[in-house]
Amino acid sequence: MSVLQRLFGFHGGVKPDYHKDASTSLPIAVAPTPTFLVIPLHQSIGGPPRPLVKAGERVLKGQRIGGADGNASSAVHASASGTVVAVEMRLMPHTSGLSAMCVVIETDGRDEWVANQPFDYRSATPTQIRDYLRDAGVVGLGGAVFPTYLKLNAGKQGKLDTLVLNGAECEPFITCDDVLMRERAAAILKGAAIMREMLAAGKVLIGIEDNKPEAIAAMEAAARAANAAAADAAIEVVAVPTRYPAGGAKKLIRVLTGIEVPHGERSTDYGVQCFNVGTAYAIHEAIELGRPLISRIVTVAGNVKQARNYEVLFGTPMQDLIALCDKLPDSDRVIMGGPMMGLLMPGEDVPVVKATNCVLVGSKKLFPPPPPEMPCIRCGECAKACPADLQPFEMYWFSRAKIFGKAQEYNLFDCIECGCCAYVCPSRIPLVDYYRFAKSEIWAREVEKEAADVARERYEFRLLREEREKQEKAAKLAAKTAAGREKAAAAVAEAAKPAATPEEEAKKALIAAALERARAEKSLVHPENTADLTPEQQAEVSAIEARRAEIREMAKPQLRQDD
Amino acid sequence: MLEALLVMALGAVVLGAALGYAAVRFRVEGDPLVEKIDAILPQTQCGQCGFPGCKPYATAIAKGEAEINQCPPGGEEGIHKLADLLGREFKPLSAEHGVEKPKSVAVIDEQACIGCTLCIQACPVDAIVGAAKQMHTIVASQCTGCELCLPPCPVDCISMEPIAESVETWKWRYPVVRIVPAQKEAA
Repeated sequence: MSVLQRLFGFHGGVKPDYHKDASTSLPIAVAPTPTFLVIPLHQSIGGPPRPLVKAGERVLKGQRIGGADGNASSAVHASASGTVVAVEMRLMPHTSGLSAMCVVIETDGRDEWVANQPFDYRSATPTQIRDYLRDAGVVGLGGAVFPTYLKLNAGKQGKLDTLVLNGAECEPFITCDDVLMRERAAAILKGAAIMREMLAAGKVLIGIEDNKPEAIAAMEAAARAANAAAADAAIEVVAVPTRYPAGGAKKLIRVLTGIEVPHGERSTDYGVQCFNVGTAYAIHEAIELGRPLISRIVTVAGNVKQARNYEVLFGTPMQDLIALCDKLPDSDRVIMGGPMMGLLMPGEDVPVVKATNCVLVGSKKLFPPPPPEMPCIRCGECAKACPADLQPFEMYWFSRAKIFGKAQEYNLFDCIECGCCAYVCPSRIPLVDYYRFAKSEIWAREVEKEAADVARERYEFRLLREEREKQEKAAKLAAKTAAGREKAAAAVAEAAKPAATPEEEAKKALIAAALERARAEKSLVHPENTADLTPEQQAEVSAIEARRAEIREMAKPQLRQDD
Repeated sequence: MLEALLVMALGAVVLGAALGYAAVRFRVEGDPLVEKIDAILPQTQCGQCGFPGCKPYATAIAKGEAEINQCPPGGEEGIHKLADLLGREFKPLSAEHGVEKPKSVAVIDEQACIGCTLCIQACPVDAIVGAAKQMHTIVASQCTGCELCLPPCPVDCISMEPIAESVETWKWRYPVVRIVPAQKEAA
C-alpha cells in the first residue's frame, strides 16, 4: 500500500458490531453436493432466461440450462451432473414467499463436467468477450447480481482511469469476500487483469476495510507478484477505514478516488468502474478455466455452533448448509444477506442463488424484535447517518403518506437501502421498509403507465385502421359502380353500331332462326290442367280469376295511400 | 368630455385589437385538459363509463358532461387523481358503472374456439390474433382486461383470469404499525 495514497471520507455511516471473527477461524470448505438441486432460472437483474432443458434430460456440470433472453439477461447453468427431474415453480429465496420457474436436477454424484475450453479473450473482440461472459452467467456477486458483461463497457471515452475492486465487505457477519481474498488472491488478480484490459483502465485499486488485515496482507503479496510479473505498479491494495457502508459501490469509489458520481449518471463517465472481488474471481474461472458460474462462497453465520464459509453449488437448499453448521435450537428465522440489508427468507428449504453471500440464522436473542415504532420527532439523526446525503425523514413522511411524487423529488431512488437511518432512529421507525414500499409502488405505477400508453397507441391505431378500411371500401364501391356504368354505355354503343361484316350478319341470322324455333316449340306445348275443362271447372276458374281481379282492385288504392 | 370619451374609445379599440391578435397568435391546439385527463385514465377502452373509449370519456369530463367516478378500472386512486387535477370533490365509484376488480387478462379456451373472429372485431386494442375458422388466441401482454370480447363469443370460450403476483411484480407491503398493549406493572 502506498503511504501517499490519499483517502477521502463519505458522509454518514454507522459502526455496528461486526461479528466477523466467528466465520473466519476456519478455511473455506466445499459444501457437499445435495441429492436434489433446485436452480431458479431467474437469478440476476434483467429478463428471466428461457429454459433450455426438459424433464428427463441428462445434464452435465456446467451445462447451460437457461439461455440469456433479451437485453440484460444472463445465462444459468447446471451446478452438477445428473438428470433433470422437473422444470417447475418452486419457492424462491425472496421475502415475498412466491414461487418461480426452477430446474430441479437429481444429481448422480459423478460430477461430470462439460468440456471446459478456456476462452482466448486476447484474440476476441470486446463484443465476443461480453457475449461469452453473458453465456457463462457471470453476474456481480456483491449482492446486486447485475450482469457483469453490461458493466464491462468503458463508457464514452473508451478507456477508464481506475478500476476499483470492492473487497470492503462492510456488512456485519458476512466474510465470504474476506476468506476469498485470503485464499484465492492470485486468481482474483488474474480476473482483475482481464477486466483491466477490457476496460483499458490505467490502474486497479483494491479497497479493503482495515478490519481484515489477513486479507489485506494476502492481496498485497499477490499484487506485488502481479506487478513484478507485469513490470509496472498498476495494482494497488488500499486499506479503507472500517465504517458501514464503505462497501457501497459509490461510497468506495468516493473513498478511493474522491469522485462523487452524480445522481442518474454512470461512474464510467467519470473514468471509474467498480466490481466485487468475487466477480473478478468468477471472470478468471470463466475465461481462463472455461468454467461458468455455478458456485460461490457463502458465509453461514448467526445463531449456529460453528460459523464458516462454504463453497456452495447454486441450487443447494439453505437447510443443508445450516445443518453443516449445527443450528442452535432457539433459531427462528433465516436471512439471506446481513442483518442490515438482508432479506427474510420464507423458509429454510429455499435454494442458494447467485445473490446469496450469506445465510444468516437468527433468533430472538440475537436479533431481538424491534421495539414499537414511535412518532418521528424530527431530530435529524437519520440525515446525519445517511451515506447517500439524502433527507431520510422527508422521504419517510412522503412514503408514509403515499405521496410518491414528492418522495421521488427527494431522490428516493438514490437510497441504497443500507439501513443506517433506521439503525440510528431514536423512535425505532423501520424507515427502510417505508422506502422499499414506496419504491415498489412507484415501479408498479410506471409499469402500469407504460402499459396504458401502449394500449392508447394501439386503440388509436385501431380507430385509424377502421377509418381507413371504411374509406377503402367506399372507394372500391365507387369504382365498381363507375365500371358498371361504363359497361352499360359500351353495350349501348355496340348496339348502335351497324353490322359490318357478312359473317356477323350470318351469325345473327342463325341466332334469330334458333330463337324462332324455340318460340314455335314453346307454343306447341299447352299446360294440361287448362285443356279439356268441363263447363263447371271453367266456371270455377273464371270465378277465381274474378276474385283475384277484385282483390287486386281493392289493394290498389291502399298502396297509393301507403305511398 | 368628448376628449375623454375619445381617449377611452381609442383605448378600447387598441386593447381589443391586441386581445384579438393574441387569441389568434397564441391559439392552443386541442384541449390540453383532455390530454391530462386521458393520461390519468387507465386506457382499458372498456366503455364501462358509458363512452366508447377513454378519450371520449376524458372529453366529456373536460366539458363537464360526465362525473369523475365512472371508471371502474381506474378505481379509487384514479378518482382521487382526477379530483386533484380538476379541483373537484372526491366521490366514491358510481355503482351503476361497475365495481373495481383485480387486473385480469382474457384467456381463450383454444379447444372450444370455433374461429368466428367476433372477438377479434370486438377487441379495442387488437390483442387477439386469429383468422376465420382458425383458432384464436390472446396476446396477454397487450390485453387490457376490458372484457369486451366476452359477450360476442358464441361458444363462451373466453374467460377472465386475474393476473397472479410474481416475484418480479411483487410489491413491498405498507409497514404495518403494530399496536402492542402496554405491560401491566407488577403491583
